[in-house]
Amino acid sequence: MTALLEARGLTKYFGGVLALDHLDLAVARNEIVGLIGPNGSGKTTFFNVITGIYRADAGRAIFDGLDITAASAQAVYRAGISRTFQRSRLSLPLSIFDNIMIGNHKHLNQSLWFNLFRRDDFKREFEAGYAAARELVDVFEPHLADRLFEPVAGLPMIDRRRIEICRALISRPKLLLLDEPSAGMTHDETRALMQDILSVRARNKDLAIIIVEHEMGVIERITDRCVVLNFGRKIAEGPYRAVAEDAEVQQAYLGAT
Amino acid sequence: MVAADEKRADLRPALAALGAADAYLIALLAVESTAAVLALLIAGVAAVIVAARFGLVGRVARAFAAHEDTLGLFAVAALLVVAAVFHSDHFVLLLLVTVLLYSTAALGLNVQFGYAGVLNFAGASFFGIGAYAAAVLNTFTAVPHLVVLAIGGLASALIGCLLLLPVLRTRGHYAAVVTIAFALLFKTFLEVNDVLGGPQGMPVPGMALLGWSFNDNIEIGGIRLSFYMSYLVASLLLLVAAFIVVRRLERSWIGLNFDALRLDETAASCFGLDIARWQITAFLIGNFIIGLAGALFGMVGGFVAPNNYTFADSLILVSILLLGGIGNPWGLIVATFIVVVVPEKLQGIQEYRFLLYALMVIVVLLFRPQGLLPRPVRHYFPGRKP
Repeated sequence: MTALLEARGLTKYFGGVLALDHLDLAVARNEIVGLIGPNGSGKTTFFNVITGIYRADAGRAIFDGLDITAASAQAVYRAGISRTFQRSRLSLPLSIFDNIMIGNHKHLNQSLWFNLFRRDDFKREFEAGYAAARELVDVFEPHLADRLFEPVAGLPMIDRRRIEICRALISRPKLLLLDEPSAGMTHDETRALMQDILSVRARNKDLAIIIVEHEMGVIERITDRCVVLNFGRKIAEGPYRAVAEDAEVQQAYLGAT
Repeated sequence: MVAADEKRADLRPALAALGAADAYLIALLAVESTAAVLALLIAGVAAVIVAARFGLVGRVARAFAAHEDTLGLFAVAALLVVAAVFHSDHFVLLLLVTVLLYSTAALGLNVQFGYAGVLNFAGASFFGIGAYAAAVLNTFTAVPHLVVLAIGGLASALIGCLLLLPVLRTRGHYAAVVTIAFALLFKTFLEVNDVLGGPQGMPVPGMALLGWSFNDNIEIGGIRLSFYMSYLVASLLLLVAAFIVVRRLERSWIGLNFDALRLDETAASCFGLDIARWQITAFLIGNFIIGLAGALFGMVGGFVAPNNYTFADSLILVSILLLGGIGNPWGLIVATFIVVVVPEKLQGIQEYRFLLYALMVIVVLLFRPQGLLPRPVRHYFPGRKP
């Protein structure tokens, strides 16, 4: 079986700094891959290169048979990759529903005529969108299910992070990139979030996930495989237990000599 | 039955507010002496502050949000009442027409700046393009005047589009800088252009529809109406149409796109939004509305001159937006009334009116940064039960 995402020799410079160093990384369908490494090791840069925010200086990325190395952020999204951000990037004055629907852009009819003058048809599409958003919120934020038209600005960070995951999931992507989804959450909150993510994957057999996370308990529990980065280079790869015992990984994390 | 009762109960504060505003407006337009105008203005501000203290303003705003269609009809009726009271007064009717058409233009600006976040500091210039288009077409051609209005809108949209296409792919406020440059150049261009009358400007033949000229006074059953009454009805229809279009736009996926790209371009790109495409769309729609209003305004005034469409006038349009509440069409209309009517009634401050605008904007930004009537969260179908 071919990989869903295959990055080969992906390289990114920022001036003289080598942020990604010939990175090879493959993800299979329905696989959960943990991307770990110390701060500044290139995890978020990898996400930004894959999603078209940064352009790779060398190497290639193939997603689902499509070369996305030089693709725009828009094209990457249309191909079926969506993401969350390390620092929550919701539109605060907009409602929960609006924020989630931004993620569904490719499935919404964007014609001016349809939106302005076919209000009955628009209403039908709106109701379908509402049902889909509601279904996700029922999984991730049941206590907010009746409050979809409240602004996001009034919600605590934990709710916002979960809404961001709903926004990334509503377009039914094939690959979900989660950038520290549990940052700022307590142990129990993190555990509950991971349970929800696993339940979404269980229902959607096509969904693969790459997760950047510092909470090693999470990584151990939910990932099928881990990739460890240090200074933009892959230093280890394999199941969490094997990776955790790797000498180079321990050195990178603990700074032991 | 119960639902109908509830609705009536909800509507009551809004209807009372509309009635009060109507009476107040009539009084303000009727009084002549500066002292009386000042007293009325102070009383008005005090009344609003007191009403806000008792939570009445919030109740009115909620009623308007929930029953916009019904209350919109009442607002139209309220304006017609004012017009009826001053049915033979050229000056007052012209003032009302000005308010209606400036409100329409502000709605266009609102699509650009309020929704999509594209700053346009050349609103008055695009308004002027509509007016000049009307002047040229009405003078030199026999194009039907409704078509002339549409051409005014299209000309404004097209020129705006050509102006912005090269800069829309850049980030930051380059587009705003380009519009400032355009606003300054536009006036100079008109002044040196002899075909368009140079600095003296040119006359605009009035509007005629199906052989009925708008510039004739009307007599119905012995009551003489000012000819501005026809323009008032036309302007009101234009404003209502623009209002409905802008509202529907806001309550659609396109309105959502505009908000998304204004608030976070990077996140919007990651969810497939083509930033330049939606910025251009917003600019085109906004400019079309501004140009339409400008074309009608040209015919109302009967004259166009470069001095009417300066950078300073563009700033007035922007200040209407800031004052009323960015993104709230009702707020814009209220703000236009304030910005247009107050300096006209206080003839003494005419020369200092820019000082007054500046002061109002600063006060609003300091004490109520979201404007007089802040924009509520989007409801695609108000009153829909979840």
